[in-house]
Amino acid sequence: MAQSIAKEFTKGLWAEIPPFRLVLGLCPTLAVTKSVENGIGMGIATTFVLVFSNLLISLLRNVIPSKVRIACYIVIIATFVTIVELLMQAYTYELFLKLGIFIPLIVVNCIVLGRAEAFAGKNTPILSVADGLGMGIGFTLALASLGTVREILGNGTLTIWGGTPIFEMGANFMPFKFMIEAPGAFIGLGLMLCMMNLIGKK
Amino acid sequence: MREMISMIVVLTVFTAVSGGLLAAVKSKTELRIENQVLKFQKAPAIKDLFPEATNDPLAERFTIKSGDIELQIFPGKLADGSKTVAFETRGTGFGGAVGLMIGINLDSDEIVGARVTTHSETPGIGARAKDDPSFVSQFAGMSLDTNFAVKGDGGDIDAMSGATVTSKAVCVAAAQAKKLYQSLKPEILKQIK
Repeated sequence: MAQSIAKEFTKGLWAEIPPFRLVLGLCPTLAVTKSVENGIGMGIATTFVLVFSNLLISLLRNVIPSKVRIACYIVIIATFVTIVELLMQAYTYELFLKLGIFIPLIVVNCIVLGRAEAFAGKNTPILSVADGLGMGIGFTLALASLGTVREILGNGTLTIWGGTPIFEMGANFMPFKFMIEAPGAFIGLGLMLCMMNLIGKK
Repeated sequence: MREMISMIVVLTVFTAVSGGLLAAVKSKTELRIENQVLKFQKAPAIKDLFPEATNDPLAERFTIKSGDIELQIFPGKLADGSKTVAFETRGTGFGGAVGLMIGINLDSDEIVGARVTTHSETPGIGARAKDDPSFVSQFAGMSLDTNFAVKGDGGDIDAMSGATVTSKAVCVAAAQAKKLYQSLKPEILKQIK
């Protein structure tokens, strides 16, 4: 049992890391990773939704009629997304302003619905929470790494919570401004996918 | 038949529980969110409008009720002794409500300035109304007789190029502010003394 929990948890961290391996949830991946901070914030919000929606869906999997399961999943997911949105407004307003419309859009993030449909609807609550947590942390790591690459190349800095950069490129560094614009998101993601495939090649 | 009933019952129960839960979270966070909006949206706008206020407009804020409208008023005393008030009105832009904090001089009925507060306009397009104050700064010094509509609609306001919907929303908010101010001025004067 403990072994399978560990297996479900770790698969989301590398073997099935959402944006890079499953290539799911690209909308927030591309849109919010202008900086590490945004990436981590978005990742944590998504992790919260994933864990709780997986838990609830798994607990209720025998009650939900299969014909309306997608509607039930969406109601559960949307509830948690709205809770996250309200909590972020109440406690981390500055981050909420930066992420803006992408918080409510977690509802249509295919990772969340994908895990509900492919995993939580068929497995026990403990395994589902492990799966949600693993996938969420994997998603956070992916967003943070893409955000790191884009912020360093595009702005020459690395900032985590609180305005002052923890890392700065030398004065001679000319930032590639396009990396923090929309095209930079696609190029950055493409390079990351390429790296992942190179490393994972057997 | 049994299946159909179970589907209806399950969905009804889910949506009802979800609605109840959200109402509970909303009522618990409402006050905090209001304070956050005050701190991060309204306070900077008011500071921009009355940079030299001799009082603290945030601390001295009060609410006026007129019919079913509740209006939060921020009174500002300027260095030259003139009295001003700021309050927020809304117009509907491209992505939802656009809040406009507008400052009006009580003595001359002139607009001191205007700033966009909460909005969900497109970054780089409609959001310029907030990020780049050159659009809203044209309101400063205008009298309330101004026709608050974009020039394309026969008004006196220069719209931002490429962001007509947002410009119109700001104008609607300004026109709303004018209406509210004119009807509530006696009430405001009573409160300020």
